[in-house]
Amino acid sequence: MASITLSNLGKNYGGGGNAVTGVNIDIQDGEFIVLVGPSGCGKSTLLRMVAGLESISEGEVRIGDRVVNQIEPADRDIAMVFQNYALYPHMSVRQNLAYGLKNRGTPKAEIERRVNEAAEILQIGAFLDRKPRALSGGQRQRVAMGRAIVREPAAFLFDEPLSNLDAKLRVTMRLEIKQLQRRLKTTSIYVTHDQLEAMTLADRLVVLNGGRIEQIGTPLDVYRRPASTFVAGFIGSPAMNLIDARAVPHLPGTAHAGTVGIRPEDLTVAPDGPIEMQVMAVEELGAQRLIHGLTGGEKITTTLPSDAPLTDRMRLSFRREQLHLFQRETGRRLD
Amino acid sequence: MIENRPFLHLMAHVILIAGVCIVALPVWVAFVASTHGPTDFMRGTIPMWPGPHFVQNYSRMLDRGLATSGTPAVGTMMLNSLIMALCIAVGKIVISVLSAFAIVYFRFPFRGLAFWCIFITLMLPVEVRIVPTFQVVADLGMLNSYAGLTIPLIASATATFLFRQVFLTIPDELTEAARIDGAGPMKFFRDILLPLSRTNIAALFVILFIYGWNQYLWPLLITTSADYYTIVAGIRRMADAVDGLPQWHLVMATAMLAMIPPVVVVIGMQRLFVKGLVETEK
Ligand SMILES: Nc1ncnc2c1ncn2[C@@H]1O[C@H](COP(=O)(O)OP(=O)(O)OP(=O)(O)O)[C@@H](O)[C@H]1O
Ligand SMILES: [Mg+2]
Repeated sequence: MASITLSNLGKNYGGGGNAVTGVNIDIQDGEFIVLVGPSGCGKSTLLRMVAGLESISEGEVRIGDRVVNQIEPADRDIAMVFQNYALYPHMSVRQNLAYGLKNRGTPKAEIERRVNEAAEILQIGAFLDRKPRALSGGQRQRVAMGRAIVREPAAFLFDEPLSNLDAKLRVTMRLEIKQLQRRLKTTSIYVTHDQLEAMTLADRLVVLNGGRIEQIGTPLDVYRRPASTFVAGFIGSPAMNLIDARAVPHLPGTAHAGTVGIRPEDLTVAPDGPIEMQVMAVEELGAQRLIHGLTGGEKITTTLPSDAPLTDRMRLSFRREQLHLFQRETGRRLD
Repeated sequence: MIENRPFLHLMAHVILIAGVCIVALPVWVAFVASTHGPTDFMRGTIPMWPGPHFVQNYSRMLDRGLATSGTPAVGTMMLNSLIMALCIAVGKIVISVLSAFAIVYFRFPFRGLAFWCIFITLMLPVEVRIVPTFQVVADLGMLNSYAGLTIPLIASATATFLFRQVFLTIPDELTEAARIDGAGPMKFFRDILLPLSRTNIAALFVILFIYGWNQYLWPLLITTSADYYTIVAGIRRMADAVDGLPQWHLVMATAMLAMIPPVVVVIGMQRLFVKGLVETEK
């Protein structure tokens, strides 16, 4: 177990712009950090630089108190779980788990002990002697995690490990990963583009955009006080309404803001509410409805209980502190 | 096929059976010929059913060979062919798997140049460079030796490309996982690459074994001592009777014997061979 420090980390693939620029993160020992952002924002690149699979163009990566820039992946004391599992197809599950330990010259009895222990934690004992081909996606995922935990590394690195699973399994595995990490207390960096996964797993979230950090914070912090319009639109589902302030000049306290943000779930129906919405479309979600409409020519979405009455025009209200104000040019948060 | 119509089935079978007959007929004729006496072929009609001389012809060839054409017993020639075919097949596989490994997984200076050099040798098969190659082999004193028979035929651009293709289908993540698992390059090669290309190696072995077994021009050129005659070149020498008629019954018996090892290799490795040609899962 160890802390990980990224200082001023940058990556240039040698073709125009940087894939990652000026990243600074201090990861505490035992912390679960989630890197989240849209496709192509440099999450994998960042993770792979920590793993040592990608060379570091600028800056520094520290694991524990070692600078690891020039150290081979095998010697960085990390374990990685890949999106497509990357299990060795010709080896049995047991051999897959043992391979990394064997290469390090771990004694046979110790390998045996750790493999059995991991198998028990992950409930894969029943198919230790099968080939990966004969496993389901979820089982393969467990084996991939098993391969990481038998190593008892200083840190786990996950690159979208759940994105090949179906929605239901993803939810269960998500929970299991979280519990596993709680139990082992191993520092973890987890990459995903799924904001829900990010919210549920993270001790702290790192929101990336175009190779730069937009915001670092606990999931609730990021949700409650997004640092920019980008984060506001990315975290939370359905996405926060971002309205040009000029379209709603009558809203109190928005005079100096460029963009006004309000979460769909914070809007309530009120006969005298300050926002008038013309309803364009309704989506039923079961317990509630998503209502899409227009106000002052800007799109706006709200979630209402499914028994709330529907009309063509509705007035919506909110509490002042639920309003997020952003600068027009930079998109940064104002308060 | 998804179509399920009796007429199509019938057609398919007719065509397949016709194909089998076309391939099998010459083999049958050769077999029949190898069981008749020396005079049966000179009467003008070719017999279509086996004759009574099977044991006699085959034991003669296995035992003494055909002294009039200067060839040794079939066993010696078969052994020579076997050594040659095995050396060529194994040598080609070892060299090409290693060079493909280097080309795909290492960044070294002049990698592009090395790649293109290998590529260019595709245009220079043995037959094209046979005179200079003969000169080199003769100068090195390798005439009438197993080294001379095999070494010039071992380098193989085709096999290198095949392995390159196989290695390129192995996902990068697997390589990276192995790197994180602490497998150095040679360990990765031995523990991951070789087992994953097992079926391709088997398929290639079958093809190359037959290629080596069927070598004709090169052994004919560089072997002048009967001790190093290979079976394929030997058959030609037998058919080339200087005085008198070729002893067709004995030539055919030899040909039948010459067919056995490739058939054994194909049948023995059939499962892996087919898998190696069709398998895509990695
Ligand atoms: N090997 C490479 N060579 C050149 N450019 C690359 C390479 N790998 C990634 N990039 C570029 O770097 C940027 C970041 O890529 P990265 O794979 O880190 O994105 P990501 O956030 O992981 O996206 P995704 O969610 O789709 O996996 C992209 O613009 C990509 O095109
Ligand atoms: Mg990625």
